[in-house]
Amino acid sequence: MRIKTTPFYPRLVELNHTGLWSHWAGHLSATRYDFSPKYEYFGIRNSAAYFDASPLFKFWIRGRDAERVLAGVMARDPRAVKPGRAQYTVWCDDDGYVLEDGVLFRHAPDEFMLTAAEPNLSHLRERARGKDVEIVDVSEEYAVLALQGPRARAILEPLAPEIAELRYFDFTPAKVAGHAVTISRTGFTGDLGYELMIPADDALAVLDAVVEAGEPHGLRPFGEEALNMARIEAGLPLIGVEFTSARYAYNDAERFTPTELGLGWLLRGIDDDSRPFIGRDAIRRELAEKTSRWATVGIVVDWLAFQELHTSHGLVPVMDEIPVPWETMLYDDAGERAGYATSLMYSPMLQRYLGIARVKPEHAAVGTVVHVEQTVNHEYLTVPAEVTTLPFFNPERKLA
Amino acid sequence: MAKEKTSHDYDAIVVGGGHNGLTHGAYLAKSGLRTLILERRGFVGGAAITEELHPGFSFTTFSYGLSLIRPEVVQELDLVKHGFMPLLMNSTFAPMENGDYLLVGGDREQNLNEIRRHSLADADAMERFDFDLARVQQFVKPLFDAMPPNVFSGDPADQEQVAWMLKHLGSAPPKVVHDTVRLLFGSIADFVDDYFESDVIKGHIASSGIIGTKVGPMSPGSGLVFLFMSMGEHDGAMGAWSFHKGGNGGFTQVLARAAQAYGADIRLEAPVAHVLTSGGRVTGVALEDGTEFTAPVVTSALDPRRTFTELVDPLELPSDLVENIRRFRFQGTASKVNFALDGPPVYPALADRTDQYQGFVNIGPSIEYLERAFDPAKYGWYSERPYLDCCVQSFIDPDMAPPGKHVMSCFTMYTPYDLRHPDGSPASWDDERDNLGDTVQATLESFFPGFGDLVVHREVVTPLDIERTTGLSEGNIYAGEFLAPQMYFFRPAPGYSDYRTPIDGYYQCGSGTHPGGCVIGSPGRFASQQVLTDLAGRD
Repeated sequence: MRIKTTPFYPRLVELNHTGLWSHWAGHLSATRYDFSPKYEYFGIRNSAAYFDASPLFKFWIRGRDAERVLAGVMARDPRAVKPGRAQYTVWCDDDGYVLEDGVLFRHAPDEFMLTAAEPNLSHLRERARGKDVEIVDVSEEYAVLALQGPRARAILEPLAPEIAELRYFDFTPAKVAGHAVTISRTGFTGDLGYELMIPADDALAVLDAVVEAGEPHGLRPFGEEALNMARIEAGLPLIGVEFTSARYAYNDAERFTPTELGLGWLLRGIDDDSRPFIGRDAIRRELAEKTSRWATVGIVVDWLAFQELHTSHGLVPVMDEIPVPWETMLYDDAGERAGYATSLMYSPMLQRYLGIARVKPEHAAVGTVVHVEQTVNHEYLTVPAEVTTLPFFNPERKLA
Repeated sequence: MAKEKTSHDYDAIVVGGGHNGLTHGAYLAKSGLRTLILERRGFVGGAAITEELHPGFSFTTFSYGLSLIRPEVVQELDLVKHGFMPLLMNSTFAPMENGDYLLVGGDREQNLNEIRRHSLADADAMERFDFDLARVQQFVKPLFDAMPPNVFSGDPADQEQVAWMLKHLGSAPPKVVHDTVRLLFGSIADFVDDYFESDVIKGHIASSGIIGTKVGPMSPGSGLVFLFMSMGEHDGAMGAWSFHKGGNGGFTQVLARAAQAYGADIRLEAPVAHVLTSGGRVTGVALEDGTEFTAPVVTSALDPRRTFTELVDPLELPSDLVENIRRFRFQGTASKVNFALDGPPVYPALADRTDQYQGFVNIGPSIEYLERAFDPAKYGWYSERPYLDCCVQSFIDPDMAPPGKHVMSCFTMYTPYDLRHPDGSPASWDDERDNLGDTVQATLESFFPGFGDLVVHREVVTPLDIERTTGLSEGNIYAGEFLAPQMYFFRPAPGYSDYRTPIDGYYQCGSGTHPGGCVIGSPGRFASQQVLTDLAGRD
């Protein structure tokens, strides 16, 4: 038995010069195609680049009660979503802890598609029991191509003029190279970008058309490392990094509320919202009593101090753009634990070490100094960083 | 009581809106000085400009890559906020005369594979070379990144700096000190011979030792140029290069925005005729049209010849300084040939690929090739087979050319400023400009068959053109040669390396001061520190 591959794989395997792949949702997913992930990253930020997001789980939720069921599950109110619009959302447990996040696309009043990084069919079906709704896992039936970067529109519009009017989180049916696809103005990079949901059998033909259209625009493929860099700059939490599903946590230290994850903005209007959904009472209690244990913030490491920390120890400071795959401890001025960074990287766009961090609320004010633990010459030392808001990078073109 | 300021009164005036003038002006403005930057041309940038010379094609007319810009400048002037964006140059591609090539990039393992294709022994030799070089860079960096101490002064503060320098020099292991001296005073050919056997690898490394300087790879002094070039970095990766979004003209626009955001005024088409002085003190500047601006601080961002013999009357200066400046070597030897191309060049061995164009294309396949290119320059003539440091910049930044089209920048050596025919008779770049373009194009044609058919526009920039357009004397791209007697506390002259001049209030911040040329920002930054220190001492 071999690991599965995505519908784009026959092309991507040729493009992956490194031979590096990881496993994502049971599929091969390129770590990087080029020997330098930073080169791919600049595709996202300066020209255009594409990512194979096919391993995402995809669920059709259809039927007269589709909206009702979703309204009972999702922490963000899906009733406000009009057909042709998509919504980033989370769903929680009864204690108001986040289970997972995903994007909900409303195709019709009674027809939604949900994409998520993890399997959710039984969870959704459990909530839908006895309701007039059909929930189908169609993960294998569609390939997903994320086309991201400042040139994304210039590449895609000649192929699919339908995208001209798309606003952020709009989507539309379209035809690319004669094949019916759904194109949304969404992505996980914080940049201008689109995602194409393509019937699996047509995936290669559509990819070929996009790659050909992109060639004169410097279009290049990007892998998980470049995606991770871009999404950290965009301040977007990643399951498995910023949080894990509360369903599989052994204790509350491993569980987080939407507010603690920096997703409080999803709960806007919850006070006037009579809608019962899972976790609602706990979330309202948390908000009313201000019991959130953490705040999610950005941290920006003091550049000069980082240099000095290394040079004074006889080392050459390394600006590593690959996000560190572990949590990094943060301390306050007194040396007490202030929180931890869940993601930390050197940002080539912002020319700073920066990270997404979870800090105790008293350290969350912008400008607060926290001390970031670094291992230098086999010793735990710290370097100061300043608390900032997220996202770090939010170009006008994302919404324009 | 402060006198009332009029629109012609400033706290500080910077003569020249090149990258160091802008950097300097930005620092002064940031510190609260009312600062005016005067630029002779209709746009800022000096030798770091981007021009649309053919519709849709942006040319980096002169300077074309970014590496040495000090990260301190980027951080302290908050340049990211104003659009600073260094795009990684992902690879170096070195075509060979036998049709093979060397293609190295950012991945260690893959580079070892590629090097082993040319020589099994050179693979770990490259690792040893890189590490030894890193130790030298680490050793030199504190000297590079600080004002040179004035070794000729008895002032206790200066002596303290001298003591610091001597202590630092004694702090490294003997091998590191020795390697440093071998690079500073020896040839890059000798240095690489200790490590490598492959011609293309030696040529690839040695070519950094001749950039912009009238030395061959076998000349003593080429080690210094190599070391200087290696002191740059891209995001902390020593020796790595980037391409600024929109070219180096894009970068100087960022600097201009930063300077203006800090409150500096930039006045274009404002050529300065001379610096005004009174009783040994600077009082302002006069433009060629007679307009005068006053300020107690004036900084020249021009080269040492213009700073000391044109902007001011050399009779006002000590004769030792004037003598040193008069013998300061400029002797520009580099040209630029820039192409607008209808499509990517085709290298037969990689005919179906273009990923070799993600960085520099280095036409210098062996030390012998480079040295032979140098030979005629000694006698005043240009290379028949020139060394070319090329870059198809539109692969790195597609905004440089229309979709599918390309711009290619070719740094060209050797092309001496003082041109003489091989028979010794006088020659002029005005007559040879097109021939140089043809020579470069023919060289490229020999590596990329069909290259000529791709050319839709060509720009040839000789040392004479560099001088005429940017004002850099004799077209020297560094505002003065990188030769040991013209570096560190000798740059631009012994006793005058502290950014001051003998005229009170008159300062220098061009590439003719330490550490030197390239888009580096340090001269502008150090000079601002000197100005601010002096102003603080005056209160």
